Amino acid sequence: MIKLLSRGTAESRFEHAILGRITTTPVAHDVRSDHAFLLRASAPTIDLSGYACTVLLSGVEAPNVDTPIVRVGEDLNYLADGDVVMMAPSGRTSVLYRKASRHNTILATERCNSLCLMCSQPPQPEDDSYRVKEILRLVELIDPGCVELGISGGEPLLLGDAFFAIVEKCKALLPSTALHVLTNGRLFKDSRLASRLGRIEHPDIMLGIPLYADVDTLHDYVVQVQGAFDETVVGLYNLAEHGVPIELRVVLHKQTYRRLPQLAEYIYRNFPFVSHVALMGLEMFGYTNINLADLWIDPVEYQSELRAATMILAERGLHVSIYNHQLCTISQDLWPFARQSISDWKNIFVAECDGCPVKRACAGFFHSAAKRHSAHISPPPVTDAVLERLTGLVDS
Amino acid sequence: MSKVSFQPRSHYEAARSAYTFLPFRFIDLANQKLLVNEVGEHLLLDAATFDAFVGKTLTPSRKAYDDLKAKHMLLDDRPDVPVKMLATKYRTKRSFLSGFTRLHIFVVTLRCEHSCHYCQVSRVSPDKGRYDMTEETAARSLDLVFRSPAPQISIEFQGGEPLLNFDMIRFVVEEARRRNDVAGKEIQFVITTNLALVTDEILAFCLEHKILVSTSLDGPAYVHNLNRPRPGNDSHELTVRGIARARAILGHDRVSALMTTTKLSLEHPEAIVDEYVRLGFDHIVLRHLSPYGFAVKTRLKTGYETDAFLAFYERALAYIIDLNRRGTFFVEGFAQLLLTKILTPFPTGYVDLQSPAGAGISAVVYNYDGDVYVSDEARMLAEMGDKTFRMGSVNTDSYEDLFGGDLLRTLVEGSCVESLPGCSDCALQTWCGADPVENYAKQGDIVGHRPTSEFCHRNMSIIKHLLRLYHEGDESVRRIFWSWVNNTPADQLVPTLEAR
Repeated sequence: MIKLLSRGTAESRFEHAILGRITTTPVAHDVRSDHAFLLRASAPTIDLSGYACTVLLSGVEAPNVDTPIVRVGEDLNYLADGDVVMMAPSGRTSVLYRKASRHNTILATERCNSLCLMCSQPPQPEDDSYRVKEILRLVELIDPGCVELGISGGEPLLLGDAFFAIVEKCKALLPSTALHVLTNGRLFKDSRLASRLGRIEHPDIMLGIPLYADVDTLHDYVVQVQGAFDETVVGLYNLAEHGVPIELRVVLHKQTYRRLPQLAEYIYRNFPFVSHVALMGLEMFGYTNINLADLWIDPVEYQSELRAATMILAERGLHVSIYNHQLCTISQDLWPFARQSISDWKNIFVAECDGCPVKRACAGFFHSAAKRHSAHISPPPVTDAVLERLTGLVDS
Repeated sequence: MSKVSFQPRSHYEAARSAYTFLPFRFIDLANQKLLVNEVGEHLLLDAATFDAFVGKTLTPSRKAYDDLKAKHMLLDDRPDVPVKMLATKYRTKRSFLSGFTRLHIFVVTLRCEHSCHYCQVSRVSPDKGRYDMTEETAARSLDLVFRSPAPQISIEFQGGEPLLNFDMIRFVVEEARRRNDVAGKEIQFVITTNLALVTDEILAFCLEHKILVSTSLDGPAYVHNLNRPRPGNDSHELTVRGIARARAILGHDRVSALMTTTKLSLEHPEAIVDEYVRLGFDHIVLRHLSPYGFAVKTRLKTGYETDAFLAFYERALAYIIDLNRRGTFFVEGFAQLLLTKILTPFPTGYVDLQSPAGAGISAVVYNYDGDVYVSDEARMLAEMGDKTFRMGSVNTDSYEDLFGGDLLRTLVEGSCVESLPGCSDCALQTWCGADPVENYAKQGDIVGHRPTSEFCHRNMSIIKHLLRLYHEGDESVRRIFWSWVNNTPADQLVPTLEAR
């Protein structure tokens, strides 16, 4: 696990949050205001003037500069050139972007118009539109070589105009960065929004949209909104009509697993245009804990439904992936569909995984799974030939 | 967080009203009820559940309730979204109609050096002038081709043996390409040839213009040569040699073959399939004999009852499925077409099984003499003396007269399975089609009589057979069928870590 937050202490006073791109070597004066100079060791001879901020690791002597200085905890020792940090006047420091990671996500808003039983990021009702300015600044600081960037929430479309401004700015400044937006798709029932997104013509955008059932009653129950299913379905059609690529995301739990094969068929017959379908294991976080009794089922117990759904989608030529499942909990013929889907900063393995021959190809667990995970975790039997092909898949 | 309160599922079900029906049709199949909706999605129910459903006593707690709802056969809420979804799927399935006539067949000559028993139309004649298409006729036919609104068109050369008038093929291709500089259509050329007369010069021309070659191969030599006599009795040898030449110059997948099933073929389903595999094909279409031309006259020699064909088809299909199971990707084309209709949300472009029929509106034939026919079968009927389905002539009639005239209107009206007696309430309707020309030829009028129709018997039998195989077979059969639908080997659709 990697900490993305450090309590930190401000060693000088400043009034507003500061965003900066980490550098450990001096940069030209005209771009210093974009950078936060990271001091790993005391270096009294370096000219630290003009940087947005100086960041000190523990034990480093504070330099004598008139720009803000923040000391962060050892948790952030991993910071490296190109990472982007945000420092509050309190010294609280968030890592917003890590250049070395493929799992960078922008939290667009914590507001949401759904209330999913298993939400891992429970919505907050307060207006947090102040984030927009930070996000637009962040996009300016992210390395243009960034391979993929997520936009998540909450429901990002609740930002309204600002959502489109963020996408446009990403297109302008990060044209080679794949943009992956997590949205429930409901607001796209208004075809004008779908049209507006389509017209931006972002070169590599994908909307990840959850669909939990092939019937409205079950989907509406899972997201706790009457009529949400219909809105999402109409939204999917509107997005497809305007050429916006779509990924469907299905979270598997006690309420959704039974109709999984039927949902797979439903997706194919009604939304054959989707680019990808992700069948996702439950994250033991947020509302999941409140609703655990209604949600928890050992993944081993829904194997037949998961297998059927995966095969239905694959046979029909749809691109399907299994997320968040440990290889020892799914049958071996599903391994080619299993992805290492868990963001590096919250990815763990448990003691039973020690010495497992397929650990390197396995998704492992969310850190929250320490509380609850399958009772069937143990190194699976595997032949050398299978191991070799599996390793080949991972490496490619 | 603890302030949040969640509603139980019953809260979301309580808002539902009593259910009603969305359009579906049904039929008995394998001791169950097969239900098919307006866009071709199907569901099998046991009789008791079906009775409960249609008696409106099915309760929401039953799995079948949600199954029927998800297939858009049961409606328990406002209809706007389910109907919007059905409409979208209906438009997709019917999109083969947009663009109007896509397939344009040029009969560049009736002459042929073969004298096949089942052949409908060809003549062995040295009289070039009498049976060959002229440049003037070809140019006028092209005028009509380019009036078609379809953005993608196929121009297919047939005969006789079209290579006997290769000059006219060259003329049509070059003239079409020249005109297309302005029209900007996507044009695919196909030559249907027995390959006996093919030369490297002809193939070089095909390569230059990306022309596909479709040949005839009826099976191993002892079947093929008896079905397809020519002087020297060497048809099979010439065809096999021609396939190899054509592949060498054009590329392996630019050459396809068609087989026709004769009475002799009926005894050799495995050998016919083996011959296709031996020659490197991954595709065969098990075609029944069409009921026209010499095929009717020589019925005693080559013909057979539909049930005999069905037995042959099922035996060959079983053999092909087994081949696939053992790791050879090999497709039966008619099953591929029907499975695409049954299992997918997509339209098919096969003009001989659609509603309304493809005659004229999807395909058209320009005969060597300038006469225009609604289909290949229509001109075969004309060769037998009945010109009912002659749309007119390129020499005397305008595009509007030909394609907007009474004949096409009558055929379209008379070939919508949605309204044909015997079809309108058939559960298999959305996967089937109508053939007004065959109805006329065999039953005396374009509407026809389904209980005695071979077309109906054959198609219904094969569709039911495929459904039984799909639902009663093991997972491997379903996967093979999907590999056909996707035209992709099964191990590419579903990758495996096991050694094969």
